[in-house]
Amino acid sequence: MISFENLTVRYGDTVALDGVAGRVADGEWLGVIGPNGAGKTTLLSAIARLLPYAGEIKVCGERAAGLSRRQLARMIAYVPQRPLLPPDMTVSDYVLLGRTAHIGYLRTETAADHRVCAAVISQLDLGAMARRPLRAMSGGELQRVVLARALAQEAPVLLLDEPTSALDLGRRMEALELVDEVRRERTLTVVSAIHDLTLAGQFADRLMLIAAGQIVAAGPTAQVLRDEVLTAHFGPGVQVMTTDTGDIAVISRRLARVRAPR
Amino acid sequence: MTDTQREATPPPGGVGHPSGLPRTDPFIPDGEVTETARVSRHRRRWLGRSASPESPDRGRTGRAVVAATVVLVIAVLVGVAIGPAELSLPQVLEALATHLPWHPHISVPPLDTAIVWQIRLPRVMLGVLVGSMLAGGGAAYQGIFRNPLADPYLLGAAAGAGLGATIVVVSGANMALTPPAAFAGAVGAVALTYLLGARTGRGGAAGAVSGTGSILLAGVAVAALLTAFQTYLQQQHTQTLAYVYAWILGGLSAATWSDVWLILPYVAVSAAALLAHRRLLDVLRVGEEEATSLGVNVPRVRLAVVVAATLGVSAAVAVSGLIGFVGIIVPHAVRLTAGPSYRLLLPVSMIGGAAFLVLADVVARTVQAPAEVPIGVITALIGAPFFLFVLTSRRARQDLS
Repeated sequence: MISFENLTVRYGDTVALDGVAGRVADGEWLGVIGPNGAGKTTLLSAIARLLPYAGEIKVCGERAAGLSRRQLARMIAYVPQRPLLPPDMTVSDYVLLGRTAHIGYLRTETAADHRVCAAVISQLDLGAMARRPLRAMSGGELQRVVLARALAQEAPVLLLDEPTSALDLGRRMEALELVDEVRRERTLTVVSAIHDLTLAGQFADRLMLIAAGQIVAAGPTAQVLRDEVLTAHFGPGVQVMTTDTGDIAVISRRLARVRAPR
Repeated sequence: MTDTQREATPPPGGVGHPSGLPRTDPFIPDGEVTETARVSRHRRRWLGRSASPESPDRGRTGRAVVAATVVLVIAVLVGVAIGPAELSLPQVLEALATHLPWHPHISVPPLDTAIVWQIRLPRVMLGVLVGSMLAGGGAAYQGIFRNPLADPYLLGAAAGAGLGATIVVVSGANMALTPPAAFAGAVGAVALTYLLGARTGRGGAAGAVSGTGSILLAGVAVAALLTAFQTYLQQQHTQTLAYVYAWILGGLSAATWSDVWLILPYVAVSAAALLAHRRLLDVLRVGEEEATSLGVNVPRVRLAVVVAATLGVSAAVAVSGLIGFVGIIVPHAVRLTAGPSYRLLLPVSMIGGAAFLVLADVVARTVQAPAEVPIGVITALIGAPFFLFVLTSRRARQDLS
């Protein structure tokens, strides 16, 4: 579904991604983890072709660089880390923006576009607030609204950049369960950058650990979420545990202060 | 590949993926019709019907357009009815009726007809065209550059027009060349700004988003440069200072039907092109990056809007000079009273701008009659306090973007 090879992104002299390669299979959820500034957002933006890159990215077997914006937007729905939410726009108008790639250049949306949006809005339980302005929504509701816009795009690939960073733990789990539910229903391929390592392990099929512009580990959850892999990049206080239910949890542990001997 | 072809071609590799929602309910697995599922299916059907294919804002836009049009018609009638020759309203209406194809056979003094048809109406109609272009161009620029301070002169159109007009005046050429020279100066200045700004702001090989910031800065530089040339020329020929100054202040006093017919095609094309982009201007409200990820070719949309706005605004400037404040005050007044969606904002700004300029012109030619106050003074004198009133009223706390 998505593959990239020798992918390099530079910001001026800084190399943000250094010749990385990887692939994501159809219907798979890939969790991209890594410390701050590792290159997670850069990888997602490059796949969405929102910044200049060197190397090759293929989406659904097509070279991404050869596609028009409209073609690409029909294949990839991208949810940025901090979406720009016009406070006066209503929920239904915002979700309708997701149909942009399906509407002719100077045309307006059709009844079919409205049907798609209405279905997404009711699936995500936003029906009662469809006419509310975004300014009047809570953080958790906005998360659903943004996801609704991405689903209205009807693209087979969903890129989520830290989709839950602004939410409390309960809302985070709800949001990720929702993503999991819709991706199963619609057989979506999901690539998400995600900070919370425990949630990353619980929801993603496979993890990719990026550090300093390189992919340092990739594979099934249990293979990546290991003490020796994580401590090297997140610091010595990170510890991996297996709970009594068999879930992998990554916890923080305060280390004893090293005292200088007298 | 043309856009329509792209439209027809399904996304490669997308075959087999549900590109449209199935008509049967896709959210409930087969054979699992539980109580909740039935309720939610019922609710969904009900919602599907109430959230009708019509956009919820469409009725609102219609009402706002109708209201603005009523105001415009009243403004036009006021503009035609008021003037130094004291004609009563019935006299004006009778004179107006004489040129209609199905007019009643009534005798109207030819002088009345001439005053209404040859003096007042062309001036009012020119005000309509110029006002709609300035306000529409301002609204479009505010959207495309995502900058609430954008006005139609942002990319150097005013400085270019001023330089063009000054060159004609100081060179002693035929004054009839002033409008084409101003038009050419305005279009040339915007083209220069765009070439410089878009080149600097261009992204990398993969066609990343280019910034609007560099275009705006190039506009500032080009405007400063052309204004410097214009000031220099003006100082070298002080005997024409008064004429150049009057032209720059702008006004509709010299309006004739030929001016109206001259700019009508530009205004019509420009207005149609801007209105056609109103949905895309709404998409741009989420920012260039997200608009790009939604499938908008941002540089192309920006170029189309700038070309359209420049044609119309340059034509307006060519026949009326530099009338300020309309392009910034009218769109914001509409935004603050009727809402920020460009689907509503663009048409209502055009109609409202037309009405505003016609009324401002009535004031300009009556307060000191028979002398005229420059219309730019009136647009600022009426516009600024009105704008401040709107700004401090109920929607003031919301964003202006």
